[in-house]
Amino acid sequence: MTDSPARTDTGANSGAISDFGIDTTSQSAGEAIRDYVARVRGGELGSLPALLGLGVLVLVFTMLSDNFLTLNNTANLIAQGAGKMIIAMGLVFVLLLGEIDLSAGTLSGVCASVMAMHYVRGGNLLGGMGSTVFYVFIIGMVLAAALALVMRIWAGAVLSLVAVLMAALGVPANAWLEMVLAVCVGAAIGCITGFMVAKVGVPSFVVTLALFITWQGVILQFIGEGGVFGIRNSQVLFNVANGNLSVLGSWILCVVAAGGYAAVVLGEHFTRLRKGLVTQPTLIALFKVLAVAAIAGLSTWALTVNRSPNPDLVTIQGVPYVVPIILGLLVIGTYVLNRTRYGRHIYAVGGNAEAARRAGIDVSKIRASVFVVSACAAAIGAIVYSSKAGSVDPQAGGLNTLLFAVGAAVIGGTSLFGGRGKVAHAVIGGLVLAAVENGLGLLRQPAAVVNIVTGLVLLLAATVDALSRRRAAVTTR
Amino acid sequence: MTEPLLELVGINKSFGPVHVLHDVDFTVRAGEVTALVGDNGAGKSTLVKCVAGIYPTESGEIRFRGEPVTIHSPKDAADLGIEVVYQDLALADNLDVVQNMFLGRERGSRWLMDESSMERAARETLASLAVRTVKSVRTPVAALSGGQRQTVAIAKAVLWESKVVLLDEPTAALGVAQTRQVLDLVRRLAENGLGVVLISHNMADVFEVADRISTLYLGRLVADLPAKETTHSQVVELITAGRSGDLGLARPEQVTL
Ligand SMILES: Nc1ncnc2c1ncn2[C@@H]1O[C@H](COP(=O)(O)OP(=O)(O)OP(=O)(O)O)[C@@H](O)[C@H]1O
Ligand SMILES: [Mg+2]
Repeated sequence: MTDSPARTDTGANSGAISDFGIDTTSQSAGEAIRDYVARVRGGELGSLPALLGLGVLVLVFTMLSDNFLTLNNTANLIAQGAGKMIIAMGLVFVLLLGEIDLSAGTLSGVCASVMAMHYVRGGNLLGGMGSTVFYVFIIGMVLAAALALVMRIWAGAVLSLVAVLMAALGVPANAWLEMVLAVCVGAAIGCITGFMVAKVGVPSFVVTLALFITWQGVILQFIGEGGVFGIRNSQVLFNVANGNLSVLGSWILCVVAAGGYAAVVLGEHFTRLRKGLVTQPTLIALFKVLAVAAIAGLSTWALTVNRSPNPDLVTIQGVPYVVPIILGLLVIGTYVLNRTRYGRHIYAVGGNAEAARRAGIDVSKIRASVFVVSACAAAIGAIVYSSKAGSVDPQAGGLNTLLFAVGAAVIGGTSLFGGRGKVAHAVIGGLVLAAVENGLGLLRQPAAVVNIVTGLVLLLAATVDALSRRRAAVTTR
Repeated sequence: MTEPLLELVGINKSFGPVHVLHDVDFTVRAGEVTALVGDNGAGKSTLVKCVAGIYPTESGEIRFRGEPVTIHSPKDAADLGIEVVYQDLALADNLDVVQNMFLGRERGSRWLMDESSMERAARETLASLAVRTVKSVRTPVAALSGGQRQTVAIAKAVLWESKVVLLDEPTAALGVAQTRQVLDLVRRLAENGLGVVLISHNMADVFEVADRISTLYLGRLVADLPAKETTHSQVVELITAGRSGDLGLARPEQVTL
């Protein structure tokens, strides 16, 4: 460290800023890369292990199976993992506070079964559930709305009331309405979880463990032992995870995604540069934009090739719908966490709840709200995985759904200790786990092996998290 | 003597069975630096936290500009214009310097924060405190040294248009130059008409900047004296024994816990 600034801003506010010693606003690409390496060595690994792991997995599975790196399998892999990946995106919010939502999986199953029942029963939930269960359901939703009002989480209250209205009015079967219903039911359940954790003060681990089992029972009640709700016949519901954009649509998505990314990154970069604020080197900003554009272009091109196993009989081409769904949620989640006050307060509460409280942040409201976010995401995930399966059975959201979702977030780099994490981590970690599941499946490994490997990968990721945290504690200060 | 800005009357505070503050009367005047001194565990930080809305009080009244006010939360205190630098700092490690300084009061709309304006204001405030060792205002607080964190906490408090600033041992971890800056800042704040409370164990610092010296002894405010008419040894006696000549507690037997 030198005493005089290497490259301080000389334009705006030169008086104050030159006074500010070695504070620099911009660095060269070399310095930035050295900084990054230093941060990684200091224990701030981010998604690096996950990306390396993903690379290794792709390499290994490609060598072991001819079918792994085919276009059809890649598209399939994404659609298979999408539902749980979306659940993981919501879980990131909960993990950021150092809390856990063990009920996210079965909660999503409840949403899936209500959605599917509504479709199968032509909108008649009363008939589908039986009157007692139906009234309990309605009372539960009303209670959730009331709790949300008490906590002043307005969005949660509105969504819960929409669920009540839709159920009570018996709106006719319609795929779009059913998806809205699923999300509203999810939000209502999230309000209940959030209230128990944040206002009553029961540890989230216990609340969500209890609810995990409760929701499993509720799903069984809704669907019945051995029952199954087929939703394959609904074109819209089925297409969510099985349909593809047209070739033109795929390219439009590519341009919008890559162009939007470039506009945001470069726009912000040059604004900050102009105002003399801390910026990354222009070279690195440009590199990021070009890399994203290249990846978007290449994958769009690959996914618009006909990937049907029998190309002469059927054509399968276009980017799967789940890709824009995941990208959209990724953008929304990232925006909320990085740009809004709410997101900033989530990080603050996760980093130091007492400091957040002293800064006037309503800590318990933030704590409750993340469970609503997580539950809504779980409901969206439920829509996607139910669509992929084409039906909802009592196992929906059970089995390893939760393991996969928590695993995805943690493997991607979100800390279990709170305060560190991004929505993108869920996507990257989700891809790792989807690759494991899909690759082992192609190698005809039984479920036993898949579960053991998935569990061990999660354990490994949690270990890396704990170790890097320890490392960070040693290297700072 | 100027108008009392902040007045505490008969404040009592217990943590369970431990009675930490006994009928404390404490006054902060505009344009003056009031030093609050006392031994470890005397209750100085607790008193500050009661004013800041972190701890509720059992009895007693807080008056602001003569009006009785209720301070139930840190936000109430901030709304009155009371800023606090806590002894235990209260910064979020995972957030950067700018984010910490504006925590809870972010500029811009709720849906889109104004990062540029916050970053510039943060940098200007830090520059005025002569922080020369922070590499970037976008450094996470976790990566700062103890003294740097303390400066960030102080900068956070002086960023706002406040009326009263309470600093709980602000110079404890600071180097010579930074201590100088903070003491100058304390004087400057008072000259600008703010009421300043400085908690410190360093008598030299206290006598340098304080107009009045209030002494807490085992949770009782035993003396509130003008700094000019008080000697070093009197203050030390008040701190350690609760009395000095005819100052402080009348009879030692009165001191019961
Ligand atoms: N949260 C708490 N719970 C229980 N007791 C507390 C708590 N905070 C402080 N105390 C007790 O209150 C008394 C006063 O503590 P306080 O922190 O106010 O002292 P202080 O004057 O600031 O001391 P120092 O100079 O060491 O900072 C101590 O006996 C302490 O043990
Ligand atoms: Mg103290």
